[in-house]
Amino acid sequence: MTPAPKVTPPVAATPPVAMHPGWVQRVLGHHHFWALTALVLLLIYNVVNDPHFFAISVQDGHLSGSVVDILNRSSSLMIIAMGLTLVIATQGIDISVGAVVAISAAVAASMIGGELVMNGGTGMEDVTRFSLPVVIAAALGVSLVLGMWNGVLVSYLGMQPIIVTLILLGAGRGVAQLITKGQIITIYYSPYYVIGNGFLLGVPFSLFIVAAVAAIIVLLTRKTALGLFIEAIGINPVASRLTGVRARTITFAVYSVCGLCAGIAGLIVSSNIKSADGNNAGLWYELDAILAVVLGGTSLAGGRFFLFGSMLGALIVQTLTTTIYAAGVAPEITLVVKGAVVFSISIVQSDKVKAWIGSVAAARRKPGAR
Amino acid sequence: MTDDARPVLEMRGITKHFPGVRALSGVDFRLMPGEIHSLMGQNGAGKSTLVKVLTGVYSPDAGQLLLDGVEIRPQSPLDAQRLGISTVFQEVNLCPNLSVAENILLGRGGTSTVAIRWGKMRREAAAALEELNIHIDVTAPLGSYPLAVQQMVAIARSLTSETQGRTEVRTRLLILDEPTSSLAEDEVKMLFAVIRRLKAQGIAILFISHFLNQVFEISDRFTVLRNGQLVGEYPVAALTRMDLIVKMVGKEIADVPVRAARAASAAVDAPATTPVVQARGLGKAGSVTGIDLTVQRGEALGIAGLLGSGRTETARLLFGVDRPDHGTLEIEGKAVRFSSPLDAIVHGIGFCPEDRKHDGVLGELSIRENIIIALQCKRGIFRSLSRARQDEIARSYIKLLGIKTPDADVPISTLSGGNQQKVLLARWLATDPRLLILDEPTRGIDVGAKVEIMAEVMALCDNGMAVVFSSSEMDEILRYADRLVVLRDRTKVGEMAGSDADEKKVFQIIAGGSL
Repeated sequence: MTPAPKVTPPVAATPPVAMHPGWVQRVLGHHHFWALTALVLLLIYNVVNDPHFFAISVQDGHLSGSVVDILNRSSSLMIIAMGLTLVIATQGIDISVGAVVAISAAVAASMIGGELVMNGGTGMEDVTRFSLPVVIAAALGVSLVLGMWNGVLVSYLGMQPIIVTLILLGAGRGVAQLITKGQIITIYYSPYYVIGNGFLLGVPFSLFIVAAVAAIIVLLTRKTALGLFIEAIGINPVASRLTGVRARTITFAVYSVCGLCAGIAGLIVSSNIKSADGNNAGLWYELDAILAVVLGGTSLAGGRFFLFGSMLGALIVQTLTTTIYAAGVAPEITLVVKGAVVFSISIVQSDKVKAWIGSVAAARRKPGAR
Repeated sequence: MTDDARPVLEMRGITKHFPGVRALSGVDFRLMPGEIHSLMGQNGAGKSTLVKVLTGVYSPDAGQLLLDGVEIRPQSPLDAQRLGISTVFQEVNLCPNLSVAENILLGRGGTSTVAIRWGKMRREAAAALEELNIHIDVTAPLGSYPLAVQQMVAIARSLTSETQGRTEVRTRLLILDEPTSSLAEDEVKMLFAVIRRLKAQGIAILFISHFLNQVFEISDRFTVLRNGQLVGEYPVAALTRMDLIVKMVGKEIADVPVRAARAASAAVDAPATTPVVQARGLGKAGSVTGIDLTVQRGEALGIAGLLGSGRTETARLLFGVDRPDHGTLEIEGKAVRFSSPLDAIVHGIGFCPEDRKHDGVLGELSIRENIIIALQCKRGIFRSLSRARQDEIARSYIKLLGIKTPDADVPISTLSGGNQQKVLLARWLATDPRLLILDEPTRGIDVGAKVEIMAEVMALCDNGMAVVFSSSEMDEILRYADRLVVLRDRTKVGEMAGSDADEKKVFQIIAGGSL
């Protein structure tokens, strides 16, 4: 609680909070205020609709419930959003993440093989052509190379990020189809299911992956000078080079990391749906990821970036998607509803609207000020 | 002067204030038909303000504009154009992807009310260019022609009649603002031929250029401004280059140069040790050539020269921003080839660029981050400075340089220009450089901050840091430099000890000895 001022002004009706200068603006001005508000509103809506929304039970030794489900489902988007945050912070963009998800999934599924062997009528047998570590390393390796490809074209050849990643966005799905030979490969190998469906200590395994990725990226950017250099590049590329920032190397690195993150997401997605579909795996992920980053407070113009904001943004996007489905919105208009909600969140986050709300708040404070 | 002709244009007692600045006070200017008249003055003398008043960008606070004896009050450049006052700027403001004909005539003629009549447009465009003795394919995109031709196209466009309703207006007055700054020598000749043709047609031409050779070659008369005031109007034949420079700068050449007392201790007893930096014949195609420089420990080397003489280019070569394609560079006796600014930083060089906003300041980052970033780059990504260390560095430089801010964690963009420059200075001082390169360190800064910044730099210099600085203010060079190098036309043309230098000598070298 903010301490109320000792000297109460003659206007008795003034609430003490309003006396503390800038209290409202400080809260309103916090870069995650509106995102958090949006998330809270979505959750309230869900609770009203479904009183058991927050109920978490233990089934088969692990946590179960809507919230757990949403968290699990948002894991791939959170990971992509973190990688993309770094790219966007350098004034760049990567719209190929969805295609990389598909390629990563295709590599993993095709290496496992998609062969169904029944085990004497009691169930399927776990069959894979390569061991799990090899499968994972190959899928992530391919994703990393794709990210590096983007990075080389953007940083060393100076091509426009949107063009470079647009090429991979288009071609990438074709590559995924080539890898799966145009088929949807179903995965019959239960150890692989752990990545997207498994539980560790009762918590979805994918959340451990999110935590690990977040820890590594946060350590890399905030415990070294990398974060500062990324922001410097995004704010003023010319000046950052003149002050000694290795802009090219760092730009190359962030696209590589972004590709790798998309690859990890690809593993989660394919594990979750137990198959790889070159056409549909990770479809429109780039849009959701950009949205998550922007909702999280990182500007598309580059500069300051917020990793936790992006994770929050991803959570909002996933909660929204789940909410729309749960609310029984007709499938053909779900995108319209989603668009409307995103529009409302974006508009209250715009600087002009923020300034307007701030000035209204300031005006309301004034009568009590003296 | 007793010209019998009536002036096309008369500006009387033009005064224009900006907050805190009197950009023009009571300036008179006149332009005769068929003359080429150069407007001369240093940066900030008021040339562009006067042109902007004339073209309706600014309205004057006091004074009159008379066109053919009739008072006019242009409200916008378009308005001025309708009165017959056209301008061609340094940068060609046309569309390179459109055809020459479209560039000349779009929005002008060649169109009926409903459609563009391409044939008519082509014929009119070709005719307009032929008037200037230019024969090119008007259907080709403008961008496919060299800059000089684009410049001519811009002139042709400015001369085509601006129609207002049904009355056609002839261009009476053409303003050429730095038209030659991006042209090669033969292209300048081409442009001058066109200008002379226009002059023969009776069009009055107001010419602005920093190139003394060119203004002497093309002009009939000069009007000189200094600090927003009229110095005078002179026929070309009445002035030597030296006279012109003196009038622009506003100093009697006999003035004793202001030399600081510091020279005595540092420069005299410095023995011939290994220089901190030695450049031999350093140069780059399209930039500067033949730069020889030697800077000792504790020495301040001033680079003098007019705008465009190659001061910034020299600094960029020394700092590894541009890679030299000939010559050698040695740091402490060891040959180096910098492939990036970071290489130079690692070798102990710092660089405050001229264009602070574009090349120096990281606007959204805090003062603290702006100060420590170069040091952090020097240390590398993984040897991160702790937050406590960062705060300590920021605090100490804020105090040392007297940066006026309540807090080291506010964005640098909230500071005034002078304080931003101090932050940038702090950025380099934090790297403990052996050589600091300052390109126009005091540009756009108030007088107090100027003195503070230079005093701090000189104190560091006395402690052994080598300094290379350039300035367009001769005063500053003479006051602070132990030695100075003079540039003209992108090459080194002279060098002298600070104690031997005075304005007269320097200006003689700048003017090319043709006195």
